[in-house]
Amino acid sequence: MRLFLALIDIFTNPAFYKLTLTAATPLIFASLGGVFSETTGVVNIALEGIMLMGAFVSVVFTWLTGNAWIGVFFAVLVGLGMAWLHAWASITWRGNQIVSGTALILLAQGVTGFLMEPIFGRPGQTDIVGKIAEVKIPFLMKNRFLAQSIGELSPMIYVAFASVFVAWFVIYKTKLGLRMRAVGENPEAADTLGVNVYAVRYFGVLMSGVMASLGGAFLSVGEVGNFRELMSGGRGFIALAAMILGNWNPVGAMWASLLFGFSEAFANQLQSSPLLRVASTTKPLFNMFPFIVTLIVIAGFIGKTRPPAADGVPYEK
Amino acid sequence: MNQKLWSFLVPVLSVVVALIIASFVILMIGKNPITAYAALIRGALGSKMAIASTIVKTTPLILTGLAVGFGFRAGLFNIGAEGQMIVGAMVATAFAINVGWMPAVLAIPLTMLVGMVAGAAYASIAGFLKAKTGAHEVVTTIMLNWIADYLSSYVVTVPMGVGFGTPKSPEIASSAKLPPLMVVQATELTSGIIVAVLAAILMKILLDKTSKGYELKAAGFNPYAAEYGGIKLADNIVLAMAISGALAGLAGTLEVMGVHHRFLGTLSGGKGFDGISIALIGQNNPIGIIFAALLMGALRNGSNEMQFVGVPKHIIMIVQAIIIFLVAADRIVRAIFLRKKVAK
Repeated sequence: MRLFLALIDIFTNPAFYKLTLTAATPLIFASLGGVFSETTGVVNIALEGIMLMGAFVSVVFTWLTGNAWIGVFFAVLVGLGMAWLHAWASITWRGNQIVSGTALILLAQGVTGFLMEPIFGRPGQTDIVGKIAEVKIPFLMKNRFLAQSIGELSPMIYVAFASVFVAWFVIYKTKLGLRMRAVGENPEAADTLGVNVYAVRYFGVLMSGVMASLGGAFLSVGEVGNFRELMSGGRGFIALAAMILGNWNPVGAMWASLLFGFSEAFANQLQSSPLLRVASTTKPLFNMFPFIVTLIVIAGFIGKTRPPAADGVPYEK
Repeated sequence: MNQKLWSFLVPVLSVVVALIIASFVILMIGKNPITAYAALIRGALGSKMAIASTIVKTTPLILTGLAVGFGFRAGLFNIGAEGQMIVGAMVATAFAINVGWMPAVLAIPLTMLVGMVAGAAYASIAGFLKAKTGAHEVVTTIMLNWIADYLSSYVVTVPMGVGFGTPKSPEIASSAKLPPLMVVQATELTSGIIVAVLAAILMKILLDKTSKGYELKAAGFNPYAAEYGGIKLADNIVLAMAISGALAGLAGTLEVMGVHHRFLGTLSGGKGFDGISIALIGQNNPIGIIFAALLMGALRNGSNEMQFVGVPKHIIMIVQAIIIFLVAADRIVRAIFLRKKVAK
């Protein structure tokens, strides 16, 4: 009964919907990154590492310049650099894409941990360096429920949803998108028709770097305003799951990200619900929830969606 | 250059390149790489105690390296050794706390068995999902890692927790503790190292001398051909994942039985992930993995000393990342060292 009341309390609380959007945003960014990369046939599990690096770099440059947008800009630059490394190893040198991705995750964990002390003077987490201000939408502020749920949001959340449209438009409505899909499905045929397979794949992977680093930057300067070690916390992999569940389509990935964001927000609200009074020692069990949801969803849906045919296969001329 | 020599040279050269690049990173934060590496070597091999401690750190790494390497041989990327290690250690501890009435000759092998079965069972979730639905083991094992992580931090505080401070379980029964080979000052050199080396030899025999091992390798090398040849892929995936998980579970169990004598939430501490680098450096060969684990154990152990001269020990992760990157794209290493474009 108390659980039932707590559930009602959660679902009628406008803050819950804001939390869902906030939790979904990094996943939307990163899963779009996955879509860009895998559409062209390159698996990029480095999303997790690029997010972590993006979160860190944006905090460093926000701290240096005092402007969080400049922080985001540098996060994207570094994200491009990491994605380029992945592209270089897996496209130019035809390395194992999953192993290269693993290396980049480790690199991000190493570099961010390594630089914490020299830059911020202590390990663990940085000071609050400031974050991107939330924007009020005046006409939504009139209703209390709308005001507290979607009336005042980080502009990066709007950027995330705009990116979904842009990604969909690029991949399905442009010549470049047609080439991306051709290269991901059948690189030999695309090559025969004069498409530069390597260049198109580089584009896909580099875009995944842009997207994942935006997701990472949102985690730090978009949401909390500081950096904690390993703060990406598996979201890069949840984003990959969202991409799979969304059938490698930007719009599908967005819906899947919202589902996973919802489950994260739900677990969060449940453990802090004043009605349930969850002991602090029991809270780890609630943190398992989004991961269990992801596992079940992956297992349940996987056969029903289809990856690009040449996904993960290096192309040799 | 012949293939065998090359598969030995790639990891060695990758380590060299990684250490060179890392020395520039150390320079970047205004420290002297020579001082740093000297401290690293002193910390890893500088005294009897340092060597003993390196061997203690190497023990679980051999097993997680074998776990990941075995997966690779069967065509699976088990990135979940971390979680399997935690679950193995946790379940083995729950068992070993209650075996005070058993003689050591029973308690020790049974505790190991329990830890291995727990690790195998946990890994089998991913194996089963892959065999049944095609869910990629990289994504599922990562999810299982996080679940194991949170689960253990709950278990070690509430149902199993004792005392104050760092969450920890009660000590295991003394009959389930591994006797140390020798005691160097305060460091007990665990006999777990013997178990780990034995596991490597057993894995080599399984892979090279048995028909099941041949099946597993065939399924990993070319699943389509293997299936055409009458090998049941689904069964092999589950089996390979279970064996891999058993090795990781044993890694955690030996940490409990030989080193901490209790379960700690922080017990895995990245050792499962180190298994990936170790398997790649050891080229998935059990004997190579022993040496790769020794290298990584020395790096891990020496990095504490490096911390004292002002170089954060995260540098070891950077070194590992570069090694993995270069092993992934070994053509880069060829190009660097052979000075010509090798079939770019």
